[in-house]
Amino acid sequence: MPKNILDHNDIKRAIRRMAHEIIEKNKGIENLCLVGIQKGGVILATQLASQIESIENGIIDVGTLDITFYRDDINTKEEQPVVNRTEIPCNIDGKTVILVDDVLFTGRSIRAAMDALVDFGRPAQIQLAVLIDRGHRELPIRADYAGKNIPTAFSDLIEVSLEDDSIENKAVLINGD
Amino acid sequence: MIRSKDLLGIKELTPEEIYHILDTASGFRDVLRRDIKKVPPLRGKTVVSLFFEPSTRTKTSFALASKRMSADFVNFSVSTSSVVKGETIKDTALTIQALGADFVVVRHGSSGVPHLLSKILDISVINAGDGANEHPTQALLDLFTIQAHKKKFKDLTVAIIGDITHSRVAKSNIYALTKMGAKVRLICPPTLMPAEVEKLGVTVFHSIEEGIKKADVVMPLRLQLERQRKGFLPSVEEYFRLYGVTTDRMKLAKESAIVMHPGPMNRGVEIESALADGPKSVILEQVTNGLAVRMAVLYLLAGVKK
Amino acid sequence: MTILIKNGRLVDPSQNIDGTRDILIKNKKIEGIYPTGKGPDADKVIDASNCLVIPGLVDIHTHLREPGFEYKETIKTGTMAGVRGGFTTLCCMPNTKPVNDTISVTEFIIEKAAKEGACTVYPIGAITTGQNSEELTQLEALIRAGCRAFSDDGRPVTNSQIMRRALEYSKIFDVPVISHCEDLQLSEDGVMNEGFVSTIVGLKGIPKAAEETMVARDLSLCELTGGRLHIAHVSTAGSVKLIREAKSRGITVTAETCPHYFNLTDDAIISYDTNYKVNPPIRTPEDVEAIKAGLKDGTIDVIATDHAPHHLNDKEKEFDSAAFGMSGLETAFALSFHLVKHDLINLNDLLSKLCVNPSRLMRINKGTLSVGADADIAVVNPDTVYKVDSSQFLSKGKNSPFNKWTLTGSIEQTIAMGKVYDWT
Repeated sequence: MPKNILDHNDIKRAIRRMAHEIIEKNKGIENLCLVGIQKGGVILATQLASQIESIENGIIDVGTLDITFYRDDINTKEEQPVVNRTEIPCNIDGKTVILVDDVLFTGRSIRAAMDALVDFGRPAQIQLAVLIDRGHRELPIRADYAGKNIPTAFSDLIEVSLEDDSIENKAVLINGD
Repeated sequence: MIRSKDLLGIKELTPEEIYHILDTASGFRDVLRRDIKKVPPLRGKTVVSLFFEPSTRTKTSFALASKRMSADFVNFSVSTSSVVKGETIKDTALTIQALGADFVVVRHGSSGVPHLLSKILDISVINAGDGANEHPTQALLDLFTIQAHKKKFKDLTVAIIGDITHSRVAKSNIYALTKMGAKVRLICPPTLMPAEVEKLGVTVFHSIEEGIKKADVVMPLRLQLERQRKGFLPSVEEYFRLYGVTTDRMKLAKESAIVMHPGPMNRGVEIESALADGPKSVILEQVTNGLAVRMAVLYLLAGVKK
Repeated sequence: MTILIKNGRLVDPSQNIDGTRDILIKNKKIEGIYPTGKGPDADKVIDASNCLVIPGLVDIHTHLREPGFEYKETIKTGTMAGVRGGFTTLCCMPNTKPVNDTISVTEFIIEKAAKEGACTVYPIGAITTGQNSEELTQLEALIRAGCRAFSDDGRPVTNSQIMRRALEYSKIFDVPVISHCEDLQLSEDGVMNEGFVSTIVGLKGIPKAAEETMVARDLSLCELTGGRLHIAHVSTAGSVKLIREAKSRGITVTAETCPHYFNLTDDAIISYDTNYKVNPPIRTPEDVEAIKAGLKDGTIDVIATDHAPHHLNDKEKEFDSAAFGMSGLETAFALSFHLVKHDLINLNDLLSKLCVNPSRLMRINKGTLSVGADADIAVVNPDTVYKVDSSQFLSKGKNSPFNKWTLTGSIEQTIAMGKVYDWT
């Protein structure tokens, strides 16, 4: 049985809080750029961006990053890779880039994302924002902004459904055993 | 999803697999447009080329495609190796596998050699042209180029002109284009038309003026000059008069038609020089796209469970 | 030493026998045929209940490879493959190294066969020296040494004048001239049938016309000369038609086909399996039907094997450079018996094509169970269903496209010149 861990209101609140934290930590939005990781981070990044923009009354660059070519599991994964769009809208040299993803798990996607990102330029800083941190890191990576920390078993599955401002938005945990 | 560890021909692919390769290739084309044109997915993999026929273009394209994906690329030189000392192709192939290659890219004058290797080897075999059978990566890059200009394949009319009998490019393109729903016309003298080719769902023309009419894509093939010696043609000059693709003849095609050529071109034999350099020509784009398509093929095959 | 084969269904078209009989062998000869149960006591008794007892099969088209290509086959292994397949007489083609165009080669083959062969071997001499279509061999000397027919098989006689002379001159000796019909210019570099399948696989095709133009030429020459023309390995509908028409005009032609030409079609080559590579090539379904019709109406007189054994190294390579030919002796009977199982021809007709007609053509007293003839017999279980395993062939040539096929009709025993080979 899938267990609901976040409903659409929880998600909305989490995004709002993260938006505030991002602004606070970076002392505004100048020099900021959000980059959503394909596919789960893309919509989250646009929602975070519009939240930040409405708070700050300004405009923030949002991009998407496909990390397929940077993964280290091409031979071990069951399903074959599907390539999605990468679109970095600005020159990231000297910028603070906030990588956005839905779930932070082993940290390998984030490692791949950082590798991908530096092929586009040399950001001053890379930060990480995730909706859910479920633990079980395999690499020394941590989130700068996390919507919610959720303890899980390694075999569990977390599914996030996120669409633009839908009341269907939710995160569920499927027991892996 | 790609089902086979090998790319033997377009014959063996489904339309879904073809679309998947083309979609992946567009990801790589974006990579090729960046400042840093290199990505790491095939780090630690080795691609070996085994070319029994001379080819600079295809081999260079595969070499660059491999390197852009951080794979090692090694050329197994046939002319200077044990092959000339009488080693069988089976032993050569097993040697390459034992050396630790992950891919062997093979070109051979005899049809079916990639199929033979695929039965012998556990590693991925990529057909870079076998006899008069297939040249699948050429057809894929042609599809990719057509898609970039025409957005769709369905009901496009593609005219392929030239030595169809001996052309693996023509064969792969016939399979590819018909699978994607395009209409294929073959234009050539009867001496260069393979037997019962209409059964592949193509229309045959012996007059270029008729065949090129209202075409969306016009694709002259390279004419091997030795065909004249073998009696397929009275002369190369007559061939150009009868079948050369010229600016004048292109006026019969659609206004928006593009001209493609698999290269290397014989200017003044199968294509008029001015046309090859003109605005309708996408010939150099094909070369660039070839890189992205070959990257996609290597990349996707690496992901197929052995 | 006497051997009695009892309780079997004895079928011998040469004597119009088809019924349960016992048959007695004495001193390597057929001693007598008796009603079942009436056969005399013998030193050895073979119970052939539920089996067919037929004359040992006669193959007029075998490549034994010796001398010169012993790594592909020898007279010893080739004749063993023959008896394994129910054959007790093999006529071997001259394209050895050296070519069988001199009496020393003929004598070598005959001596070797007498010493090591499992069954009777008759050599076929070359029509032209070195099979190069330039000058006739010494037919008289070769016949005296033991050749029973002449052929340049593997190659056509390209020079029409020489072919004419061969057909004329051979009349002195009443021997057949066996023609490998192929126009080498039309078939140049070809490795399979020309047609839709060759287009798909991109292999160079051999048009049917490459065979048919040569069949037409030889039929004309046969008509001109009145010689004894025998057309080898007929593979196309067009050839069948030409031969049928020629026979109807009274031309003295005979013809053979091989099991692969009525069991296989060219679409098998899609897999580039070189075991399907043979010359002439396997053709289309229409050709298969025409060959079957030719067998049925008697246009095709003989089923021969064209047994062409090759070493794995000659087959496990590029299709273009792989050797032509199939190892045929050990599957030929069951593949032909299939025609009887499916009521295309009756057993009597089949045995005519496998025993009687080939013997008649070669003017040899073989392919018969008549009293006094050599004790060459095959005992066949017509109902046994088995799977072909070419790795178990006694031939050195494991190159069979029929490997893993399920066939019906097994050779239980072969008796060759009185010697019993029991395969059960």
